[in-house]
Amino acid sequence: MNRIGLIVNPLAGIGGRVGLKGSDGVETQRRALELGAIPESLHRATLSLIPLLGLSGTLEVVTFPREMGETSAREAGFTPKVIGEIHSGLTTAEDTRRAVNKMSALGVDLIFFAGGDGTARDVCSAIPAQFPCLGIPAGVKIHSAVYATNPKHAGELAGMYLQGKARLREAEVLDVDEDAYRAGRVSTRLYGTLHVPYRPLLLQNQKAPSRASEARQAEAIAADVLEQMQAGVAYILGPGTTTRAIAQALTVEKTLVGVDVVRDGQLIAKDVTQEQLLNLTETMPARIIVTPIGGQGFLFGRGNQQIGPEVIRKVGRENIIVVSTSDKLRALRLQPLIVDTGVAEVDALLAGYFNVVTGYKERMVYKVVY
Amino acid sequence: MTHPKPKKLGAPKAVAPKPALRRFHQARWDEPVIFELTSEGQRGVLPPEPEAAVVQAAGDVFDNLPASLKRKTAPALPEMSQVHVLRHYMRLSQENLGVDLNIDVGQGTCTMKYSPKVNDQLARSHKLSELHPLQPVSTVQGILEVMFRLEEMLKEISGMDRVTLQPGAGSAAIYANIAMIRAFHESRGEGQKRDEVITSSFSHPSNAAAAKVAGYKIITLPPDADGYPDFEALKTAVSERTAALLITNPEDTGIFNPRIVEFVDLVHRAGGLCSYDQANANGLLGITRAREAGFDVCHFNLHKTFSTPHGCGGPASGACCVKKEMAPFLPIPTIEFDGTSYYLDFNRPQSVGKIRPWYGVTGNMLKAYAWIMSLGADGLREVAEIAVLNNNYLLNKVLEIRGASAPYAKGKRRIEQVRYSWEGLTNDTGVHSEEIGFRAADFGTHYWTSHHPFVVPEPMTLEPTESYSREDLDEYITILKHIANEAYTSPEVVHTAPHNSTVHKIDQESFDDPDAWAVTWRAYKRKLKKYR
Repeated sequence: MNRIGLIVNPLAGIGGRVGLKGSDGVETQRRALELGAIPESLHRATLSLIPLLGLSGTLEVVTFPREMGETSAREAGFTPKVIGEIHSGLTTAEDTRRAVNKMSALGVDLIFFAGGDGTARDVCSAIPAQFPCLGIPAGVKIHSAVYATNPKHAGELAGMYLQGKARLREAEVLDVDEDAYRAGRVSTRLYGTLHVPYRPLLLQNQKAPSRASEARQAEAIAADVLEQMQAGVAYILGPGTTTRAIAQALTVEKTLVGVDVVRDGQLIAKDVTQEQLLNLTETMPARIIVTPIGGQGFLFGRGNQQIGPEVIRKVGRENIIVVSTSDKLRALRLQPLIVDTGVAEVDALLAGYFNVVTGYKERMVYKVVY
Repeated sequence: MTHPKPKKLGAPKAVAPKPALRRFHQARWDEPVIFELTSEGQRGVLPPEPEAAVVQAAGDVFDNLPASLKRKTAPALPEMSQVHVLRHYMRLSQENLGVDLNIDVGQGTCTMKYSPKVNDQLARSHKLSELHPLQPVSTVQGILEVMFRLEEMLKEISGMDRVTLQPGAGSAAIYANIAMIRAFHESRGEGQKRDEVITSSFSHPSNAAAAKVAGYKIITLPPDADGYPDFEALKTAVSERTAALLITNPEDTGIFNPRIVEFVDLVHRAGGLCSYDQANANGLLGITRAREAGFDVCHFNLHKTFSTPHGCGGPASGACCVKKEMAPFLPIPTIEFDGTSYYLDFNRPQSVGKIRPWYGVTGNMLKAYAWIMSLGADGLREVAEIAVLNNNYLLNKVLEIRGASAPYAKGKRRIEQVRYSWEGLTNDTGVHSEEIGFRAADFGTHYWTSHHPFVVPEPMTLEPTESYSREDLDEYITILKHIANEAYTSPEVVHTAPHNSTVHKIDQESFDDPDAWAVTWRAYKRKLKKYR
């Protein structure tokens, strides 16, 4: 008997149809409901469960009460095992995290959650490391790679995983700052990773690179960077899975979403602030290793603000090593990387071309704009 | 006496719409691997016992073998009778889609032209197939003359001064070129210093791969907003460390870079050399040449442009063409003519050595020679003109299909192929490009995945060559139009395609995982458990 843990964020997506560009925060949700928004995530969760009905004899759906999963499961034709308690109509991110805790403690085979980037962040903050989960897209913002392309595909993919026909890969959880987004600026941050089932589309769908190719590209980049490293120089490692591969090659543990510093193969500062970086660059030669974050191709100024304009100026453009898997650059369609450090003069300094390390002894001459 | 009136024939009962959608079904069986068909004790050939006199003269041949060459156990080869082997391959051949069976314009970049069967017959003749590479050259003057004359023709087609036919494929030819480029720099004491090779995103990917194998650091130029390789990027990439620029033109998008001379000049000024990838020269024959663009070396794939043919229909064969400054570094042996006879010259001290055993893929050389001779200089130019015309006809027709587009270089004509995008259709319907390629198989054609580096979203790369008639192209277009229409009206049909194929879907997760690759039956058996 397989068990699937269903979590529905009943408020996911309600801001979208009424033009609020997101649904985070109680105030936005209240305004959305005032504007007549109808929660769609329950229905989307139902759609995603329908492909799983074929497994119903061997599948138990474990879920939270009413709008957090029970309703959708019953609607789809399942008789779920309901655990936990909620205050209907007043659920919050905390309820999502509680549900993740309980279901992972129960040892379900897969946590199946409906929501958007905010929900993925909530799941990410509560889930044990490498615990299998999969997102049903129901939110306004879907930047995270943890969601299937539509609810039906989510159900099919979950079914394949439960039958051993799909394997897990590590996928990034990204979110934009909604206040900035509403103000017309896109600001993506990496919040962590989740382990999701995947099955590449038949033949080469390069949007979904395989686990093997992703990991090998990052390893090849790390091998190149390690060869370049010099004794006595501090290397400031920006956030991301590609920079983490460099840390792994040094057998150093990296803060995935933060900035760490290594020197002579040793970690000398973890999860640093801009202030710490400024102090550090006073005392020793330093180089910066960064990778573009997220789908917009920001190189500096989004998600790695610790490496601020002062730090960049002090380290110097020639001491910046940009690394990126070619998959990531392809996803940008080879369009330029963007910098927005907050200081125009530093942005201008960074603009132009960088030799981006894309593999072992492989570079792409890549344009940076501001 | 009255004769019955001749019956009026009238119109045929059903008039197929022109062009009609072909109803197609692949073979229904999934032929096993030949190793799975083995039946212990069966034999295809029973060689007769040697005659006593032979045994006596030869002695025990196994005794003369060094111990290290003797197997301890017999090889685990399939044991089958002749007729079972024949049936196996006949069945396999019926699971195919290919240029002899369908309209094969969907393998863009591959130049799937029709290769006249008479040329195959020539190459299969015992006069060629029974030659041995160790025969004295006095006994192989005929094929040496063919090779020499083919080289002369390729010199004219490329504008270069010397040619080698030795490489066994396009990538081997690129490797030969990069090896000569390295030898050139070494001869000037710059071998160590020049360790970088520049190429472009839409160039044939073998350029980066072959240069990497040769030990070079690879710098790739992305396309600019119009799809041309970014000239500004080249300016920052070129330095005293540049060994060479390896570039394709037109690139795999079908867009011709009109500034190519500027690219070449810039690299030359920095002391680098320039290698023109003309693997696919089908749109250029008789129109433009590597020499006029200023290149130092170039290469052709005889199995693409010169019809020998490509794919499973025959082995590959590459030809490198070089300027005289590069000639000392050509692979050995070169084929020379002393006024009375042809000979092989091994005495070339600056040569890069051998790129492959012996002298190249001679069967392909003969086929390419025959193909060029049957067309003549005007015929070659006509090939290019028709290939370009066919391509631009197809381009106009594809752009009429809802959801299809041709990114980059808006309003410009393309040369011999186009990289299209179904992004619009995917956004509208959720149907992906590869699903359209699968669905096409239900109508007896297909397109595949030659879209490196997968920058164009939902790509489709079509190359009609000169071989297809307007009716052929119209049929192909009708199929694409029909599938696009299905995507909008009944997408499930496309999602679940192909419906008429032997194997409907394959799991390709393991394709880029070396741990899963099995190049021998033994490795397959060993690794299979992990992947089932």
